[in-house]
Amino acid sequence: MPSIEVDGKTYETDEEGYLTNLADWNKEIANYIAQTENINMTEQHWEVINFLREYFEEYQIAPAVRVLTKAIGKKLGPEKGNSEYLYSLFPYGPGKQACKIGGLPKPTGCV
Amino acid sequence: MLHIINKSPLTNSALDSCLRVAQSGEILLIEDAVYAATSGNAFEGKIREAMGRFRIYVLQPDLDARGLADRIIEGVLPVDYGGFVELTTTNKTCQSWL
Amino acid sequence: MSNIKKFMFVNRKAPHGTIYALEALEVVLITAAFDQDVSLVFLDDGVYQLKKGQQTKGIETKNFSSAYRALEGYDIEKLYVEKESLEARGLGEEDLLVDVTVLGRAEMGELMDQQDVVLSF
Repeated sequence: MPSIEVDGKTYETDEEGYLTNLADWNKEIANYIAQTENINMTEQHWEVINFLREYFEEYQIAPAVRVLTKAIGKKLGPEKGNSEYLYSLFPYGPGKQACKIGGLPKPTGCV
Repeated sequence: MLHIINKSPLTNSALDSCLRVAQSGEILLIEDAVYAATSGNAFEGKIREAMGRFRIYVLQPDLDARGLADRIIEGVLPVDYGGFVELTTTNKTCQSWL
Repeated sequence: MSNIKKFMFVNRKAPHGTIYALEALEVVLITAAFDQDVSLVFLDDGVYQLKKGQQTKGIETKNFSSAYRALEGYDIEKLYVEKESLEARGLGEEDLLVDVTVLGRAEMGELMDQQDVVLSF
């Protein structure tokens, strides 16, 4: 099994780098994964990560990008609920990258 | 003797077969068979009837998973995994009606 | 927009005991991306998939029942439950974790006849 090492501790991931145990997640791990994805975490990034984690808590799934975009628009306003904004934060896909950083599984239907 | 059922009584004949063949003993309902232990289910009458001949148990974690812990038919005995193991050891033989 | 087809997913299995319910749900969530006219039907033991209050900690599996509540966000709003199936299981609309349309078996049959694609689970 692949793994990552953060602060001297080892965490198991899948072959694509998603955490195996959702309960392992913490902010240090998030920052570490973000670094490996070449993302510099800002308040705007955290806003999306936190939103995703809340969504997952409620529905036990990671939303498809389209659903995420719509839901963010509803909660944080239209200037944030559009793919241009979300891709500017997570260039390789808000679902894919944000879920990985947030310690969530890859969204269903995401290839 | 212990009889174990793991299929819903409304879509599979395993429990019916068990009740037709077996005369007495203990029945443990697990997995999708726990629906048979819930009141309001169309099988309830047959379970009540069978309680005269059998002691009927239901696996609590499977009932919880299906959101039916509050529907258990009176007289059906809930067991946890420890109770499951105990039933398999206190009975000399065990038939799983797969 | 003439290439929109009517897709129906027919769910007839109880959750947790077999993998059918979870697999169906995953296919439905993926299908949602294709903007088709999707209906979900719950028949026989399939109605148990929508039972409120499922707690899967004890059997150590994913509690995917919460995901049915996410369907609305995926624009999947046509959920139909057969009345006779509910009644045979001592359940009513108030026992279900999402809003559904309850149909009698004849209406359900008609609805099935109107589909372009029917997928069975």
